[in-house]
Parts: sequence; C-alpha cells; structure tokens
Amino acid sequence: MNSPVIALADAAVIAKRNVIKIKRVPDVLVFVLISPIMFVLLFAYVFGSSIEVPGGNYREFLIAGIFAQTVMFGATFTGASLAEDMQKGLIDRFRSLPMSRSAVVAGRTASDVIYNAISIAIMSLAGLLVGWRIRGSVTDAVIAFALLLIFAYAFSWVMACVGLLVPTPEVVNNASFVVLFPLTFVANTFVPSEDLPGPLRPFAEWNPISAVVQASRERFGNIPPEWPEQTAWPLQNPVLYTLIWTVIVIVVFAPIATRLYERASRR
Amino acid sequence: MGPARRTVALVNDEPMIVAEGLHKRYGDTVALDGLDLVVPAGTVLGLLGPNGAGKTTAVSILTTLLTPNAGHAVVAGVDVVRDPDGVRRLIGLSGQYAAVDEHLTGAENLEMIGRLYRLGRRLSRQRGGELLDRFRLADAADRPVKTYSGGMRRRLDLAAALIAEPPVLFLDEPTTGLDPRSRTELWVVIRDLVRRGTTVLLTTQYLEEADQLADDIIVIDHGREIAHGTADELKRMIGGEHLELTVLDLDRLDDARAVVEPHAIGEIHSDAQRGHLSAPVDGGASTLTKVLRDLDDRSVEIVDVGLRRPTLDDVFMALTGHTAEVPT
Repeated sequence: MNSPVIALADAAVIAKRNVIKIKRVPDVLVFVLISPIMFVLLFAYVFGSSIEVPGGNYREFLIAGIFAQTVMFGATFTGASLAEDMQKGLIDRFRSLPMSRSAVVAGRTASDVIYNAISIAIMSLAGLLVGWRIRGSVTDAVIAFALLLIFAYAFSWVMACVGLLVPTPEVVNNASFVVLFPLTFVANTFVPSEDLPGPLRPFAEWNPISAVVQASRERFGNIPPEWPEQTAWPLQNPVLYTLIWTVIVIVVFAPIATRLYERASRR
Repeated sequence: MGPARRTVALVNDEPMIVAEGLHKRYGDTVALDGLDLVVPAGTVLGLLGPNGAGKTTAVSILTTLLTPNAGHAVVAGVDVVRDPDGVRRLIGLSGQYAAVDEHLTGAENLEMIGRLYRLGRRLSRQRGGELLDRFRLADAADRPVKTYSGGMRRRLDLAAALIAEPPVLFLDEPTTGLDPRSRTELWVVIRDLVRRGTTVLLTTQYLEEADQLADDIIVIDHGREIAHGTADELKRMIGGEHLELTVLDLDRLDDARAVVEPHAIGEIHSDAQRGHLSAPVDGGASTLTKVLRDLDDRSVEIVDVGLRRPTLDDVFMALTGHTAEVPT
C-alpha cells in the first residue's frame, strides 16, 4: 500500500469512531442544536417585525445566516474533541501506533462534516416551520448546502489547530466564542451588509462568511428581485470567493494541524 | 551450526531495549539527565521512582512520543529517532491514563486499535475477541467503556496495547490508582505475558510492584539512576523488611528486645515511651511466628505486631537521605 491510501484508510477508521460517538452521545448534538433553533425562533419572531429587508421577508433572509453561523460554531467541535482526546491520553496512544500522522485530524474533520450536516438538516426543519422556503431548484439547494458544509470543513482545520494547542476542550469553546461571535455578526448573516456603519461595511463585505451566506441565499432563491445590486466583488462572486477561501484555509491549516499533532503531547 | 541459526541466536541475545545517555529538558526543567538502560529479551525492567522522577519522559522517548535532546535509544533493533514508525510497529504502550475511548465499547476500541496497527478488520476482531476473553472482559465487550470499573479499563487498555502481539511492551504505571484486588489481577496478566516471551519496561511508584514483576530495577530520581539491582539487592541495601511491635507493659520492652535480637539483621530501634521497637529481619512470616512464640513463652504481652515491607520511601531514605518528595 502506498502512503495516501494508508492515510485514507486510517482516517476512515478514526472517522468511524467519531460517527459511532454521534449516535452514542446524542446530548452533544442536542445541546449544540438548542442555540441555533433558539436563534431561528428569536430572530424570526422578535426581530422579524422590526428588521426591514428589501423585498420584505426577513425570515427567509435570516435562515442562510443562521446556517452559516451554526456550521461555523459546529467547527469548534473539531477543536474541542481533539483537545479532549489529548487530555484523555488518546492522542498519545494514536501517536504510539504505526498509523498515518495526518489521519487523526483528517478523520476528525471528515466526521465533523456529518455532524454539521445533521445540524443543518434539523435547522432546515425549524426554518420550514417558521416560514422559510427553498424557492430555487433542487440542484441549487444542494449546492447551497454543499457550500456551507465545505466552508465549515475548511474552518474545522483551523479549529483543529486550536484544539491541539490548548490544554482543555473548555478553552477551545471559550476562545472560539470570542472570535466567532463578532466574525459571524459583522457579516450579512442577520442584517444586510449595506446597512452596516463605517468600516464595518467593507469588513462585512469581504468577510468570507458573508460570501457563504450570500451564495446560499442566492441558491435557495431567498433573495427577492427588489434586492439592490451587490457592489463588492466578493458578494458579486460569492461562490468563487467562498471556494477560494476554502482552498486557502485547507492548504495553510492542514499541514499546520498535522505538524501540531506530531508534536502534541499531554505535557 | 549453520549461518541462519547463528543469526537467530544473535538476535535472541540482543537486548530488546537499549538507551544511552538520554537527556530531556522542558525549558529550564531537566526531566532526564543522562539515563542509561538495557533490557534483555524476555525480561522485565522496573523503572522505580516518585512522581516527576522522569519515568514517563523515559517511556515517552522510547515509544517515540518525544524526541530526546541528547542520547540515543534502540528498541527491538530499531532506532527510536531515525525510524519511529519502525519502532511503533514493534511496541505496545499502556499508559497511566487508560487511553481508551469511553464512548466506544470494549470490542470497538480493540477493533479500532487493531485496524490502526493494520491488522485488517477480520484479524482485529478475532484478536480483540481473544483478548477480551483472556482479560475477563467478554461479558462487557459490547458495553461502552464508560460503564467499566477502573480495573476493567486498565485491562482493556492493556489489551489494546497487545492487539498486534508486539514483542516489546511499555507499561507506564499500570496499576496507579487501582484497588489492591485489581492490582493483583493485573500483575497476574503481566506475568503471563512475560512467560509468553514479551519484553517489558514497567514504571511504577511502588517497590512492591517492581518486586513482584521486575527482574531488574532501576531507581530514578531527578532524571537519573540512583540505584540499580534486583529487588533482593535493593532490599538488602535498605535492610529488607522490618518487624515492628508494641508491648503492653512498657517495663517489658527490654525483654521483647532480647527476643527479637537473635533475628535482627541490623540495628534495632526502640522507643521506650511508646513501648515500640523496630528491627530489620529476614525470613518473613516464619521469623514473625518464632518471635511471637518466644514472646508468649516469656509472657510478654503485646498490643501490636507486624512485618512492614520496605517502601519506595525507605529506598529513598536509604539512598539519598530524604524521602521521595512529590512535587505539587
């Protein structure tokens, strides 16, 4: 066997382990889903009547933003899980085995795509209940879901690096909260980016999260005809911009994560 | 003797673990300060020392988890720094923190580890099943590990280390935190492995454990060897076991001392105020029986009597003049 095949086989073994855990520890999933569902309900019913969007349907506008925010936070699960494996000595065991050096992180990030897919599925149901509709074609909807998932996949490599650097899973959660909250809010997730004041507007327009949201909104057919033309390049080409970020993040952070894993140790 | 047989004989005579001058620093802290060790094939080396002595660091270097700052080590003929993956194929590691996934079942854990050793699914399952039987975990095989007791987790952890049938096994404090019964059970398992030819490097804080399992013991403190020998040699160095007794009537302490005197192999310490005396002895229980009979013949009444086995603290007291300090 050559080494890429071995790496894939090992990653599959690790991913299988993580998938078994999704069904055996469903409380994690439930807990992580409470906040997005709460967001769907709060934004839809509390802000829904006061936030004006062109074309009028804030609930439709909202859902893609919540999907994006949730999968970003879902990526922190990658980091927290790796930090936990480290804390419990599992990483030491894996490192003492003749397995591929990249497999533990690769298996982790791969299985977390499934985790995010489940959470998007449940949020979609919640969205449909409050009036969200997919108005585009099925193919476009699949592309929208896929973009959300691959962007979150890329981001989970960043979180993997964080998880391998910090001592406990709690640190991953707290640290990512501080970064991800502003990152997902200073974007077009909950309000149109053109409504943001001063320097926040260009930040939001070039924020890759805005591009993911914009791309999904377009593909879900959630952008009404009255919507003003986007002026910033990333929002005019949201799919391309999302894919560029995805590739850059993976190319930069996957080798870093593998490197950190090689040096990782409980002490 | 043909050349082929000679090669086999040579390989068998080679020590399975050799380390020379291992140094490891973490910032300003020196964890290992020139440790040497040799473990012949099919034997057990005990690395004995208090917390923070460098035992785990030594194991981490030998199992390729850490790179030494200086020195070199060879495990089963393979250099740990130059060919870490070659070493990983030949070793099993069972750590102080039972490194098994608590949400997976025992069987799932073993299958996962087996497949990561590249045994393939069928062989991993078959070996996993055999090990679960052998370690009396068959009934719990399909239960998540979080329902296991501490002793069961350690046995599973050990089973995981054995799934590829490695010739060399590293056990980092295998019984720390276990109750006495689980500890004894694990000792039985480890002895059985050695009988089947596995070479073992074991770290422990317990002199008794090293005594029970190890052919050869290295006592380490502050990352270097402070004593080396068999358990008997070390115990002789520190005076072996002690007979301790307390008399009911303080006036009879001298009579008791006269009884103990012929059995003592060193200086007797007595405390007239407490009516207590302590004497290094050998001969164990039979000595104790003789002493008790003689005391009874002379009608010396005692309130407490016992044999105290030397502990790691006694070893440290004898070798360094201080007790085994545990860093906080």
